[in-house]
Amino acid sequence: MTLDTVTGSAPVQATRTDLLDVQNLRVDFTSRAGRTQVVRDVSFTLAPGEVLCILGESGSGKSVTLRALMRLLPQGRSEITGQVSFQGEDVLAMPRRALNGLRGARISMIFQEPMTALDPVFTIGDQIAETVIRHTGVSRDKAMARALELLELVRIPSPERRLRAYPHELSGGLRQRAMIAVSLSCYPQLLLADEPTTALDATVQIQVLILLKQLQQDLGMGTIFVTHDLGVAAQIADKIAVMYAGRIVEYGSAEEVLLNPSHPYARGMLASTVSGQARDRDISAIPGSPPDLRALPPGCAFAPRCAFATDLCRRTEPGLTPRGTFGHVLCHHAQDLASPALVGATVTAT
Amino acid sequence: MMNFFKLQGPAARVAPRPDPRDIGGPRQPMLIARNLRKHFPITGGLLGRAVASVKAVDDVSFTVQKGETLGVVGESGCGKSTLARLLMHLVPPDSGEMIFDGQEVGARYGLRLRDLRRNMQMVFQDSASSLNPRMPIEESVAYGPRVHGMGRAEARAHAISLLEQVGLPARLFAGRYPHELSGGQKQRVNIARALALDPRMLILDEAVSALDKSVEAQVLNLLRRLKSEFNLTYIFISHDLHVVQYISDRVMVMYLGEVVEIGPVERIYANASHPYTQALLASQLHADPRNRVTDPPITGDPPNPVNPPTGCRFHTRCPFAEAMCSSTAPRLHPLAGEEGHIVACHMADPSSGHARAGRAGLDRLGMARPLAAKAASEPPCKEGLRA
Amino acid sequence: MSEMTTNHAIAAQIPGEDVPRGERRSYWANVRERLGHDPVTLFFMGVIGAAVGAALLAPWVAPHDPYATSMLARLRPVGTEGHLLGTDELGRDMLSRLIWGARTSLLMGILPVLVALVIGGFLGVIAGFMGGAVNMVVMRIMDVFYAFPSVLLAVAISGTLGGGMGSGLLALTLVFIPSLCRVAETAASQIRGLDFVDAARASGAPVYSIIVTHVVGNVLPPVLIYASSLISVSILLAAGLSFLGLGVSPPTADWGQMLSSLRQGIYMQPLVCALPGLAILIVSLSFNLVSDGLRQAMDIKS
Repeated sequence: MTLDTVTGSAPVQATRTDLLDVQNLRVDFTSRAGRTQVVRDVSFTLAPGEVLCILGESGSGKSVTLRALMRLLPQGRSEITGQVSFQGEDVLAMPRRALNGLRGARISMIFQEPMTALDPVFTIGDQIAETVIRHTGVSRDKAMARALELLELVRIPSPERRLRAYPHELSGGLRQRAMIAVSLSCYPQLLLADEPTTALDATVQIQVLILLKQLQQDLGMGTIFVTHDLGVAAQIADKIAVMYAGRIVEYGSAEEVLLNPSHPYARGMLASTVSGQARDRDISAIPGSPPDLRALPPGCAFAPRCAFATDLCRRTEPGLTPRGTFGHVLCHHAQDLASPALVGATVTAT
Repeated sequence: MMNFFKLQGPAARVAPRPDPRDIGGPRQPMLIARNLRKHFPITGGLLGRAVASVKAVDDVSFTVQKGETLGVVGESGCGKSTLARLLMHLVPPDSGEMIFDGQEVGARYGLRLRDLRRNMQMVFQDSASSLNPRMPIEESVAYGPRVHGMGRAEARAHAISLLEQVGLPARLFAGRYPHELSGGQKQRVNIARALALDPRMLILDEAVSALDKSVEAQVLNLLRRLKSEFNLTYIFISHDLHVVQYISDRVMVMYLGEVVEIGPVERIYANASHPYTQALLASQLHADPRNRVTDPPITGDPPNPVNPPTGCRFHTRCPFAEAMCSSTAPRLHPLAGEEGHIVACHMADPSSGHARAGRAGLDRLGMARPLAAKAASEPPCKEGLRA
Repeated sequence: MSEMTTNHAIAAQIPGEDVPRGERRSYWANVRERLGHDPVTLFFMGVIGAAVGAALLAPWVAPHDPYATSMLARLRPVGTEGHLLGTDELGRDMLSRLIWGARTSLLMGILPVLVALVIGGFLGVIAGFMGGAVNMVVMRIMDVFYAFPSVLLAVAISGTLGGGMGSGLLALTLVFIPSLCRVAETAASQIRGLDFVDAARASGAPVYSIIVTHVVGNVLPPVLIYASSLISVSILLAAGLSFLGLGVSPPTADWGQMLSSLRQGIYMQPLVCALPGLAILIVSLSFNLVSDGLRQAMDIKS
């Protein structure tokens, strides 16, 4: 069996037009109890106007990865290594001051719970205007006019009135739109979104997703979208990176990953997602639960839950196997598993 | 309201298994809820007088047959979680009655609350708060039987056997504290605790919503198995339409404290007749990137339940709304030719006078987009809450 | 159920999860174990233990009669032959007086807090768990006591009652009840809203059972931690009362009382005069540090 496997640190092909190029990103959390690797060997690239979804369950390291890109992790308790280059600039080596100029201006971020991200004592208008003034230095009147424009952009009804509203006076969907407006205040080139629609109701979630997709296309923003929801990823992603136990186990175009996943975890996740399964049969679930990052198994982190695991998997960590035009799979048996016969025999696609 | 129960008819969709605990016979519904109502007052001012009220559950009636699973869906503020607590009498209903297996709950010669709670148990949404953090899980499970007079050793043995049955080998888990468990394991303990009193019915309030997908599937499979092993009846409350479709026999859709549609699961998913149900279904996301939703099925947020819209509560977001919808509240009405499928929409009632009367389910959201003007309707602010 | 292998019984098949934890260990056994790994807390517990031991065994431990005066040996310095810690302004042996003084000082420090813990904790748990009108009545009464600064209140109460040890104890107890009640009330009302309490109600448990099993256990840690920090406050307040002449009456040895009567000698033997203050400092500090250690040991996630 000759696997065309390259080592774990193989660079993902980067082109000159990339907006963001992340190579071997690694995040360690340090505490008195010791050091925990939370994110390892994460590499991906993002072109302008492209949407990457980082898909994973709780504890997979997806949110930490996102925060590491903006160095938003608590200093002293975390250590970020590797290379994050945004428009050719090295974010990890950047001095604090330059970083602050980047944050909120060229890179901005939206969160799951707008109530905690928006300041409760300022009106929506004030918060947008403040960001605009800080980054562009325009007058207050101009900044307020800009705020109004932004509320119209995110389609908040009767924006003049909402400009003077406090966050708690808005419904969940409007609040999330307001946060998107704040994040767009300086027309960022890169938008980082951490589960921005998870807390929303279904009928509101779809509105916000459609809005985000439209804004992202109109403004040509590169977007990284962290989610645990396959449906959200399918709705918005161009590329998908599936994370498990701190590593990207599968990376590829949305179609490749969602319609023809190679990694056993990605497949299992797809198969265990409830969506129109036969009602009189069990759902094919992945057994067990994700590993404790402080005590990872020696080989592949997924091996203890994997139906295809061999001794090799339990002994040595797999390297990256290329797949598609740019993607990769982190599995010893990626090529064997790619054969259709095996797929049909083990995982019934839904 | 009497004919309402005839509407739901003898639609025993699941053949009930005989059970020695049966009192009303296999055809007697496990639970009948009639006109349940709960309004939470909002107090304001110096004297703490009630200035408004949240109409959390408003005139809700339904039946649950023995052995079936009734799915309850709706968005935040629709009252589904309050309904669960009302049924358990964790919050007392303002009005309405409940009949459990033929016995009226709380009536003079009916079922005592304590006995209701032995027969009906609740599984809470997994969260840090659903288990006592300072109690080993085995004790949490044994607590209920102990309260009902079981001896210490017997309760302990019972708890251990239940933990085994929900997939937590007692040898590894019995002595653990909740913080030593993963989300899925905590939810298994929650389920074991609910089963400890040997109940006949479980109310599952968003029981799998907080779990990761792979773990959610495990717990759903477990619930399916336990249902047949313990001969249980479920009320499954969730916002996830995919999960409700998988697990339910019948589905009840709620909006702002009211029932808008009840029907057999396949009828609801194939022929949703209330525009809100249609909107919910059209908002479902599918894991297929080739099949993206490009137009939102409806606009705006669910209104604040403090001051719900007059008439039909959905009229502010409904693309088919007419003048009558904002003045007259529709009543639950059977759908022609569909047994057990009832809808609270003027379009479902041929004699309502709505321009589309009798056409419920024919004009569908997500396919035809009739009234563009409605798209501008603005979602209400939460200003009412500031009082 | 062992045949139920696939898919259901697999919650346990996780690496690192196969550590048997079948047998139950009580919460307090875990607290003890965590305390065992905390040398700082253990050391200061030892200091407190020594102080309490000395106080209890005063008649046997004290080298001299604490009331035996000597006009010849007044205000001797520390290290004097026969008087290890010197003598006071009436020539009484300082070491013996400090040991005997520990009796009253520790009693005044611990007893009011203990009594207030029981009364305040009980009222707080009832108020917090019941909510509504009960809460309103209890907490408004507590607010009345809260309105006065604690020192002023203690002075006022023991002054009204006419001084002496009994009234001092009563005054301190009354001073501590409101704050302990408030801590217990906050904790209990938080717990009241949690799902596991609802689950207990849903299982048909009567209110007293829920309070005893689920509420007290979760209210106790924060209240205990707070109470242990109050002990040092109580010692200081008691010392203050004695200093003002409202606590223990003169011949009785008490650290506050000693501090008060020794202040005349401060220019002659500053070290000797500071000794009672030093004792108060060490004991208070120990209680504070132990309370800090307890907080860490009682944190379930550590």
